[in-house]
Amino acid sequence: MNTNGPSRLPELLKQHEAELLSEWIQEQKSSSRKGTQTSEKEVRARCAGFLDRLNKAIQGNGLADTGGAGWGDLREVLADVSRERSRQGFSPAETATFVFSLKRPLFALLRRELNRDPEALARETWASTELLDKLGLYTTEVYQKAREEVIQRQQQEMLELSTPVVKLWEGVLALPLIGTLDSARTQVVMETLLQKVVETSAQVAIIDITGVPTVDTLVAQHLIKTVTAARLMGAECLISGIRPAIAQTIVHLGVDLGDVTTKATLADAFAVALQKSGLTITRARGQ
Amino acid sequence: MERIPILRMGDLLLVTIQVDMHDRLALALQDDLTARISETSARGVLIDISALEIVDSFIGRMIANISSMARVLDAETVVVGMQPAVAITLVELGMSLAGVRTALNVEKGMSLLRAARGPRGEESGDARAET
Repeated sequence: MNTNGPSRLPELLKQHEAELLSEWIQEQKSSSRKGTQTSEKEVRARCAGFLDRLNKAIQGNGLADTGGAGWGDLREVLADVSRERSRQGFSPAETATFVFSLKRPLFALLRRELNRDPEALARETWASTELLDKLGLYTTEVYQKAREEVIQRQQQEMLELSTPVVKLWEGVLALPLIGTLDSARTQVVMETLLQKVVETSAQVAIIDITGVPTVDTLVAQHLIKTVTAARLMGAECLISGIRPAIAQTIVHLGVDLGDVTTKATLADAFAVALQKSGLTITRARGQ
Repeated sequence: MERIPILRMGDLLLVTIQVDMHDRLALALQDDLTARISETSARGVLIDISALEIVDSFIGRMIANISSMARVLDAETVVVGMQPAVAITLVELGMSLAGVRTALNVEKGMSLLRAARGPRGEESGDARAET
């Protein structure tokens, strides 16, 4: 790219680092939105760190290959900024602005220094635009990744939170399901239920689907699998909490629940479970 | 060749699978068990698979077959002690072992057999007395 001699950018950056820094901070202050928590000190530290690393990377490795090892330090600084901003609730655009706002002071600097050589000015402007664009896009990428990590962690937590197996009575377990059942969740549900069946030597397990928003053929199939697995272990499974709308869907879809006992409410299912265990409930005092 | 022991307890037969089932062992068990049922005219068979940790579709089918055969020979069969992992595997393989009775452990299996046999045992006793 630099057919007309090496780029002067590294040299210029080195000479005017302090100047560039103060201009950049000014620029950021004017463009940042109102009421942000980032203090000026923090901004200054961030900018200084960034410029310092940028300088080192450019002096050592040149402008090409921003993905290389020599730029690792700089990428780390950017990743830090990006993660912090995503946690503080900045938008991706605002995060990338951190890098893009360097353009104006940098271009101003180039114009001042190279005003006698329009050819070189154009070339350096292009080179620095390309560089800053790459870095800006990198912050967006990291931002996205940080967000995805948060989502994944929450999903995992949901998975762990949402499958409690509770003991209702000696030998009677209940499994209140909340939220949509997909394959991954069914697997967890099945495993925890069967494990609990072994631990408590339960004879009856009630799967309550009051909190399951929709039942399609796949969900029904998952339910049947769970019931069958529990039966193989010698525990009987009842399904309760079937809402009228869900009953209609099941029939419309032509789902065959087989010989699975289904009840409208958990209370009904519990009564059946007690009956199967040979227990009855009586009023303490006849009234 | 190793064989799976079949223990007799009154008119019940107890089969405890303590080793990894392989295909020939399963076939041998099928022969032995059917022979023992007709020999001892057992009324119930208890198959304990609590030590079985790995199943494939063949073993799954053998378990189903053995219990069907025992039923044909008029012995109630209960499969007890299936591990959660085994149960999940069988379900994922699409084998629900329909018609096979199951219980959580040997004790529960015993009481299930006794309950199933209780009234019928007397009936058949009467029937035998008449002939």
